[in-house]
Amino acid sequence: MSTTLETVLWVIAPYACMAVFLVGHYWRYRYDKFGWTTLSTQIYESRLLRWGSPLFHFGMLAVIGGHVIGLLIPKGWTAAAGITDEGYHVMAVGLGLVAGTAVAVGLTLLIMRRRLVGPVFRATSRMDKLMYVGLALVILTGMANTVVGNVIGHYDYREGVSIWFRGLFFLDPHPELMGAAPITFQAHVLASLALFALWPFTRLVHVFSVPIGHLWRPYVPYRSRDTRMGERRGRRGWENAEDGSRTP
Amino acid sequence: MRVMAQMAMVMNLDKCIGCHTCSVTCKQTWTNRAGMEYVWFNNVETRPGQGYPRTYEDQERWKGGWTRESNGRLALRSGSRLKNLATIFANPALPGIDDYYEPWTYDYRTLTDAPLQEHTPVARPKSLISGRDMAIRWSANWDDNLAGGPELAKDDPVLRKVSDKVELEFEQSFMFYLPRICEHCLNPSCAAACPAGAIYKRSEDGIVLVDQDGCRGWRKCVTACPYKKIYFNHRTGKAEKCTFCYPRVELGMPTVCAETCVGRLRYLGLVLYDVDAVLPAASVEDEHELLDAQRRLVLDPDDPEVVRAAEKEGIPRDWIEAAQRSPIYSLINEYRVALPLHPEYRTMPMVWYIPPLSPIVDAVSETGEDAENRDNLFAAIESLRIPIGYLAGLFTAGDTGPVTDSLRRLAAMRSYMRDINLGRGTDEEIPRAVGMDGESVYEMYRLLALAKYEDRYVVPPAHAEQAHSLEASATGCSLDAEGGPGMGGPSTGGPATGGKVSLPMPRIRRPQEAE
Repeated sequence: MSTTLETVLWVIAPYACMAVFLVGHYWRYRYDKFGWTTLSTQIYESRLLRWGSPLFHFGMLAVIGGHVIGLLIPKGWTAAAGITDEGYHVMAVGLGLVAGTAVAVGLTLLIMRRRLVGPVFRATSRMDKLMYVGLALVILTGMANTVVGNVIGHYDYREGVSIWFRGLFFLDPHPELMGAAPITFQAHVLASLALFALWPFTRLVHVFSVPIGHLWRPYVPYRSRDTRMGERRGRRGWENAEDGSRTP
Repeated sequence: MRVMAQMAMVMNLDKCIGCHTCSVTCKQTWTNRAGMEYVWFNNVETRPGQGYPRTYEDQERWKGGWTRESNGRLALRSGSRLKNLATIFANPALPGIDDYYEPWTYDYRTLTDAPLQEHTPVARPKSLISGRDMAIRWSANWDDNLAGGPELAKDDPVLRKVSDKVELEFEQSFMFYLPRICEHCLNPSCAAACPAGAIYKRSEDGIVLVDQDGCRGWRKCVTACPYKKIYFNHRTGKAEKCTFCYPRVELGMPTVCAETCVGRLRYLGLVLYDVDAVLPAASVEDEHELLDAQRRLVLDPDDPEVVRAAEKEGIPRDWIEAAQRSPIYSLINEYRVALPLHPEYRTMPMVWYIPPLSPIVDAVSETGEDAENRDNLFAAIESLRIPIGYLAGLFTAGDTGPVTDSLRRLAAMRSYMRDINLGRGTDEEIPRAVGMDGESVYEMYRLLALAKYEDRYVVPPAHAEQAHSLEASATGCSLDAEGGPGMGGPSTGGPATGGKVSLPMPRIRRPQEAE
């Protein structure tokens, strides 16, 4: 049986964060499409960005890929595919360290750039700063996991954290698995949950605009004035507040 | 043949006095906002000069427009779709704010708030980017009127192409102004490069717009536009561009830049073009063939076959008539004096220019010869290698033939009309020498020299049946939506309760009598 604290941290908190994440994105997309942007500062400064940004982003793509494999694919499947535990761990540690280092170096460059380049710092909102703290925490604890779980100690997250994570989506949470995980893993999960709750309200929403469609779409899009013009059906929330009329 | 309509503009450069009224009124109307301080949807460049942003025409560096690959297909100079996505995290060819200029304001408050002191207080320039005191080193028009001299002008990419070793002797230098807006291209590379697909051409009038809700700030359009006429709003993180003043154009009014042009040098109108022919025209191998390919795209609106095809595509009758009355087709294809800006970018730009004869006229009159004499002018057009080469570098991918033809026609008009103005008999030999007749020279003179308001601007209002859906005149009932209570027929007896209240929109008419 799990304690109350475990239930709060590893069941209630994840579901609450997930709800904020999903509803928040719906709300943001519905009411703030105009604010849905990368908010690039490249026009102010290119030299540091040219290194920092690709390192961070490509590193992040690899990290996300690693998490998909580590968290979503049950251990039995990789074993059935003929990958030994040792093989898996060498791969995970190797790629994890490379990607993690790229992300950490990239993020350091980007944060330095944010702080040191005057115009970039001036364009940094309070939400941005909060987001950077969240990102840094998640990345630091994440790298600590790679070291603690694989190099110093031996914690097989695929028999703990991963099962807990998948259980959440099958409405079958196992908080005791998280309760038994090393503290760095617990910290990483909590930091990530906070970041996910913050996500819809930051510029991180641009992650969900990955323009894959660009690879196939026709080069020159045409749009008709007719269909576009009538598209705005309702009024914005605050517009209705003024005269008290209801949204059609 | 699939006919579409396109709003287009022609600018008669001879008449531009470089007063920047178009730039200022455009800025006041559209870009007078935070994040847009450095943005000039309309700017006027002195040529030779570096342009705005600096050296934007150097496509080796800025990677704008299209290139033709060896297999005959067009590719963005900035790279394939895959490369476009791979470089999305840091754009390798994005102009920085210094390539435009650091916008500033002045600390006016110190003028009134400074304590009593020995010296008069001054308003210091404050950067609108960093917020700090700054030294002003560049602006959108730093090299206005050749300011900065040969040191700045030598970096003009067009001039560098004309001659590897140009000694810009100041006493011999020529100069003219080049007002620029978005070209509203038929083959827009900005739209092609947009990862989010947020840039589109309006199918009704060809105006190229950025969907502000769809733009995600990937900045690829800024690089891909060879004219650098897409700007990044650094406050909102969205791309913005000249809208051809579509809210005005929909009501039949000319754009702000055209309406306020002091020299009355802008012409606005619809042209009909064959959308299926655009890509083949933009892909012709020889760069010197591009001009003619582009001219052929602009269809003759009086050709019955074109009219039939336009009707088949649902272009309203009054729009076809507007295309027939439009000055654009005749300037491009009848008088053949208007040329596109940098056809070699293969974007099929739809803002055309009548090259300036005045540098040639000036050169002739400086020699003490008669600058309205046909033979003197023709001879000068042949002999002034650098100005002609420069104009060709701007308008014809370096082919001096069409520039010479255009200038000869303008020169012929000048000499022919002088005889009429002096009450002498006309010399029909003059128009014949440039392949025209007296009547068409006179018509061209009416269009270019008298330039009546109603001849310059033929802007058909957006069509009446569609008027209810226009942004500027919301007259539809919101209850008429599918499944709504007001679905079906038009409402009678006033607006339905609970729905949107529609205000009567005053009909704005283009002034008919205005000159």
